[in-house]
Amino acid sequence: MSRRWLRVLRTPLGLTTAALVVAVVVLAIVAPVLWSDRAEVYDTDNILAGPSGDHWAGTDGLGRDIFFRALVASRLSLELALAATVIGVLAGLLLGTAPLLLGRRLGRLVTTGVNIAVAFPGLLLALFFAVIFGVGATGAVLAIGFALAPSFARLVQTLVAGVAALDYVSAARVAGVGRVRILLRHVLPNIAEPLVVNATIAGGGALLAFAGLSFLGLGVQQPSYDWGRLLFEGIGMIYVNPAAALAPGIAVLVAGLAFNLFGESVAKGLGVSAVGGVPVPATSSRLTGHAGRRDGTDGSTHMAMAPSDLVLDVVDLRVSFPGPAGPIRPVRGISFSVRHGEALGVVGESGSGKSLTALAVAQLIEEPGRVEADRLEFRGADLRDGPRAHRHLLGTSMAMVFQDPMTSFNPTRRMGSQLAEVAVHHQGMTRRQAMARAVDRLRAVRVPEPERRATQYPHEFSGGMRQRAMIGMGVMGNPSLIIADEPTTALDVTVQQQVLDLLQAIRDEDDVALVLISHDVTVVGEVCDRVLVMYAGRIVEDLPAHQLQGGALHPYTRALVAAVPDMRTDLDQPLAVVPGRPVDPSDVPTGCAFAARCPLADDHCRTVDPPLAPTPTGSQVACWHAGEPLELDEGTGELVEAKS
Amino acid sequence: MKELRFDDVTVRYGTVRRPFTAVDGVSLVVPAGQVVGLVGESGSGKSTLARAAVGLAPIHSGQILLDGQPVPRRGRVRPLQMVFQDPYSSLDPRMTIGESVAEPIPPGSSRAERREEVARLLALVHLDPSVATALPGRLSGGQRQRVALARALAGQPQVVIADEITSALDVSIQGAVLNLVRELQRELGLSMLFISHNLAVVRYVASHVAVMYEGRIVEQGPVEQVLVDPQHDYTRELLAAVPGNRPTSATPHAPRTRSTS
Ligand SMILES: Nc1ncnc2c1ncn2[C@@H]1O[C@H](COP(=O)(O)OP(=O)(O)O)[C@@H](O)[C@H]1O
Ligand code: SF4
Ligand SMILES: [Mg+2]
Repeated sequence: MSRRWLRVLRTPLGLTTAALVVAVVVLAIVAPVLWSDRAEVYDTDNILAGPSGDHWAGTDGLGRDIFFRALVASRLSLELALAATVIGVLAGLLLGTAPLLLGRRLGRLVTTGVNIAVAFPGLLLALFFAVIFGVGATGAVLAIGFALAPSFARLVQTLVAGVAALDYVSAARVAGVGRVRILLRHVLPNIAEPLVVNATIAGGGALLAFAGLSFLGLGVQQPSYDWGRLLFEGIGMIYVNPAAALAPGIAVLVAGLAFNLFGESVAKGLGVSAVGGVPVPATSSRLTGHAGRRDGTDGSTHMAMAPSDLVLDVVDLRVSFPGPAGPIRPVRGISFSVRHGEALGVVGESGSGKSLTALAVAQLIEEPGRVEADRLEFRGADLRDGPRAHRHLLGTSMAMVFQDPMTSFNPTRRMGSQLAEVAVHHQGMTRRQAMARAVDRLRAVRVPEPERRATQYPHEFSGGMRQRAMIGMGVMGNPSLIIADEPTTALDVTVQQQVLDLLQAIRDEDDVALVLISHDVTVVGEVCDRVLVMYAGRIVEDLPAHQLQGGALHPYTRALVAAVPDMRTDLDQPLAVVPGRPVDPSDVPTGCAFAARCPLADDHCRTVDPPLAPTPTGSQVACWHAGEPLELDEGTGELVEAKS
Repeated sequence: MKELRFDDVTVRYGTVRRPFTAVDGVSLVVPAGQVVGLVGESGSGKSTLARAAVGLAPIHSGQILLDGQPVPRRGRVRPLQMVFQDPYSSLDPRMTIGESVAEPIPPGSSRAERREEVARLLALVHLDPSVATALPGRLSGGQRQRVALARALAGQPQVVIADEITSALDVSIQGAVLNLVRELQRELGLSMLFISHNLAVVRYVASHVAVMYEGRIVEQGPVEQVLVDPQHDYTRELLAAVPGNRPTSATPHAPRTRSTS
């Protein structure tokens, strides 16, 4: 956490405002001690004087030095603002956590009350309270504090509701933990950060509001003075000495903005880190060829192939990201091709580089990611020219389907027009034609009542239906390749089946090729003709789907297949497990990356990385001991070297 | 271990004017020491039924009984414990693994006893007891789900409800968690309601299965019977949808490969 706060300080705005806040606080502490005397002295020779060497901002009606008064006033101004903020935050906390503590019915009452109060303009509320509590510093503190409370209560309510909906709070309830304890142990610590940030921002606001009240004569009264009071007095002689109003005015502005902007920059800083600290991409993907291309040296089979047969042709694809200790390479040189109408599956555990491979092909890797390849051709077009060069081709001929279709649609626009946009953009259709096409495509992906559905918003679609609409968007053009990354992982088995069937139907109809990415071998085995197994950014096996059961040669593939129960799984045996952890792409071991988890590993494996090599059965495998017998250890579920 | 019985349980959400019945008159028995699988599509009411049992959802009518006694839905002693689907949101990111696991331990034990119990539970789910001092952020999904299991067991439950505990996990990790569930069940003789949407998974861990559809139980019985001779259309649909339960696709395209340099 401290590292995240440090990151805030590294931004120019964060650093400046943090320094300002510190300066203002220090000033408030030391100013009354150091300069009280000078601020109280009556210089009767210089009444209502303008700025001079003795009095930098001039003097007031009693000859007191305005500059020093402004400095000394920082203490009272800050104290009062702090007191008001504390009142506001405490009242907000009480109201905001009430729904959690009081239960549903009473909680709803409080929520309604807060919602009404929030709708009231804050300043109006403050003035209203100021009248109730009477003129004077105490009244003003209470007024501003209570005026802050509703918006804080709302914030707290929202934050609490967010955390309270999480399973760990449910788990604590099930464990019999009481409401107050849940609030103190689970909820407050997890909302503390945004609360503190917002309190800081509110503090800045309170400072300004206080100046306002005092200026109106409703706040601090003689003989005390805060910035607002000084401002009030200064305005009276603005024609005699503008500096008298300027000095406290500037003080209020600087201090208020310091707190406000500091809070904002912290909020922004902490918010950004939520997305993993990867800088926001400025430009889209960059693609560079390998220095010294090795065309023609990558296998004679390839040269013999009719080029028109291939939809996608990838040779030695690498994806890397800059890391603290040199580049991280999550995809480390993979080669494959997809032919017309072929369905290729890609399996592997999460983090093995499946998604990045797909994104690289679709030109969606963002800065600072780097994509390199010896060959990267889609329907004969060299994608290494950059995404701009082939935008039209990619837009109409390659379709991407992601795991979470909700994030792929704009929630504020109707489904039909989102689909239609593709056709308007890439196929030059008129709005009308495009809309008709959208409805037709929704029908093609078996969305019931497509005309009506087209006028609905994404959230009105169920998960499975959204996924179908996403596929429908993909087939707005006439794609020759659909890349689907975990398209069914978030779905129920029955819905999953419908989506897979749909992909199959689209393929059958138009001879569309499919790259289906999944962590589930059974899904891939069912839909695809051929399967690539990825491990640590490499292809470790490339085999026909029907060979998965029983015909797989790589120990990892065999463990993956045996890990998934199906309707024939032996109930007396444990499911296979792969011991250990996946490889961290920033720390790939030498030799075979799977060695640490492999039952067949020997010293040779640990020093020399096995190449992907053809096998007699027509598949390819990267393993020194491919196909050697393994058996299931009934105690641990691990695959071990067969003893016989 | 005790028997858990749902007796004509109905759960309603929504407003008085527009009520929505999530669970509609469900009767279901989890016999002592047995695992009952509950299958059905999402939205069919499986999780609501589970949450009603542990006091997280309001019961509109009906009863939930443990060996004939109403299940306590408030207070410190909770004989029903639940494991949640998403191991990433079911552990408080700011509490150490040890603190999370210790939370349901019934009050009245000393600090040292609690620490010892946490270590025992972590060992039971095959985690190194040293993870007790770690924050959940350092653990993988599979490890987190083990912690969640250990936490449920810390409450010394009579019955454990597992709500889709493997569906957020990679299949390669799912196997290990399922092995663990079976092992714990065998060793501790747990009664368990195991919720899943995958019949193959249920077949592997449960002896009985109940099929839920639109808030109702449409079919229940011993696993072999329901899987071999399904009576309800929805059960048949579920069976057909189990990955790998259909003939693998024919291979019209001969594998085409090429070696990498
Ligand atoms: N923007 C990024 N910056 C750095 N590393 C990344 C980035 N995106 C993905 N990775 C890393 O690349 C590896 C492979 O990721 P991914 O392709 O998503 O795997 P899969 O799809 O197989 O789960 C992971 O270790 C992931 O952490
Ligand atoms: S090369 Fe060696 S370590 Fe790697 S998978 Fe094969 S046997 Fe295992
Ligand atoms: Mg992925």
